[in-house]
Amino acid sequence: MSTLLSLVASLGSIVLGFVRSAGSLALFAINAVSHLFRPPFYWRAFLAAFVEFAFFSLPVVALTALFSGGVIALQSYTGFARYNAQSAIAGIVVLSVVRELGPVLAGLIVAGRVGSAMAAEIGTMRVTDQIDALGTLSTNPMKYLVTPRLLAGTLALPLLVVVADILGVLGGFIVSVVKLGFSPNAYIANTLSVMQPIDVNVGLVKAAVFGFLIALMGCYNGYHSRGGAQGVGSATTASVVAASILVLAFDYMLTEMFFSR
Amino acid sequence: MSGAPTPKLRIRGLRKAFGSKQVLDGIDLDVAAGTSTVVIGGSGSGKSVLLRCILGLIVPDAGSIEIDGVDVLALRRREREAINRRIGMLFQNGALFDSLPVWENVAFGLLARRQITRSAARDKAGEVLRQVGLDPSVGLLSPSELSGGMQKRVGLARAIAAQPEILFFDEPTTGLDPIMGAVIDGLIVDCVKTLGSTAIAITHDMASATRIGDAAAMLFRGRLVWQGPAASLLDSGNPLVDQFTHGRREGPIAMELRR
Repeated sequence: MSTLLSLVASLGSIVLGFVRSAGSLALFAINAVSHLFRPPFYWRAFLAAFVEFAFFSLPVVALTALFSGGVIALQSYTGFARYNAQSAIAGIVVLSVVRELGPVLAGLIVAGRVGSAMAAEIGTMRVTDQIDALGTLSTNPMKYLVTPRLLAGTLALPLLVVVADILGVLGGFIVSVVKLGFSPNAYIANTLSVMQPIDVNVGLVKAAVFGFLIALMGCYNGYHSRGGAQGVGSATTASVVAASILVLAFDYMLTEMFFSR
Repeated sequence: MSGAPTPKLRIRGLRKAFGSKQVLDGIDLDVAAGTSTVVIGGSGSGKSVLLRCILGLIVPDAGSIEIDGVDVLALRRREREAINRRIGMLFQNGALFDSLPVWENVAFGLLARRQITRSAARDKAGEVLRQVGLDPSVGLLSPSELSGGMQKRVGLARAIAAQPEILFFDEPTTGLDPIMGAVIDGLIVDCVKTLGSTAIAITHDMASATRIGDAAAMLFRGRLVWQGPAASLLDSGNPLVDQFTHGRREGPIAMELRR
């Protein structure tokens, strides 16, 4: 009986901890977003975060998209050639890249590259009293550190995804034309006939949501880090893990919302 | 009606606990305008928590903190921010923003108030750096390029740049050699005198305490067990203060490994 009780107590404690964390995260997000509508807004901090998100992530996102597009073309060809359905490859590549791979790959890469750096930077500021120092210098830390990063993430990731989409399709095009012997004109015509505006638009909406979530997890975990270098390390890991899971979970939910028939 | 002037800072019945540990247990303290008060105490005695409660970084469980007769614990956020504009703080480790150059660190408070252009702020930062004994060219460096002593000076420059009415110093000489400690103390005394500010410092460096303070108080187990002139710290007649200031192993303060 006592074993059962302690099991229930442990389960209850886990559930309570989860609810507490979710509530704390929601309040943190609401507070940060509310500062968008209350001046001052720190444009320099926004621009720095935007450049970090968009510009410095561009090479790795671009390369990943280029190779992924090529891999999809190769793998699709392997399967579809058995059924003489090679003409579907252009459509498979463009839909996979624009609807899913572009936003998800960009999201996961940025979560690892920028989200972790964000958590580490803000976490270090927390454990070295820099966040407290902001408070003593007439500066609201949420307004200065968190709100500009959330906006930067939300706006920058769609831009990255536009580049990822173009290069992903280009990767598929190069492999299909150079290696698999497709006609360039036919490939482009197939691509354009399959792709609809909603495919691109939903991909961009996903990217904006992912960008917000990545910045939120980086800022939240960094802001609440404790205990020196180890605490900052834990915050960094937690931000990448949480952001990656959220990216995939929200990807499913948004796909269900927009494409489910 | 009493004719006594309102203290710049008045603390009454301040209490703060973390879990079962009572860190501040009913602090009463008055700091007169234009004076420097040093709070001494061992590691973990609650000095930093006291300072953070005054600064609004930690919310106490009970008690009141008045600045110029205004209970700052009852203020709304914006009103509290207005009070903070009259305050400067030198953190123990400097707490310089390592993503910004030194000049921007120094002028951060001025820029935050948006009452000064960036080029004017840069000039002002140069002036204040000179005031703390640094060449204005240091302003172009990153905080990570500075030695510990220089970081303390930059932290001091940042604290005084907006000419605050009240200055707080958290262990201003920790980690510095004795000569640099004396230099920083001298700068603190000069700055406080020049600005006419009220200063509150917490430290466990006795030489620093006697150099900086007009008045002193000792924090022990969450309570102020002694208050008096800083000059009498070394011969206070209080056994707790005597043991602490002379660094004696034997006495009423037993070293606690864990409480």
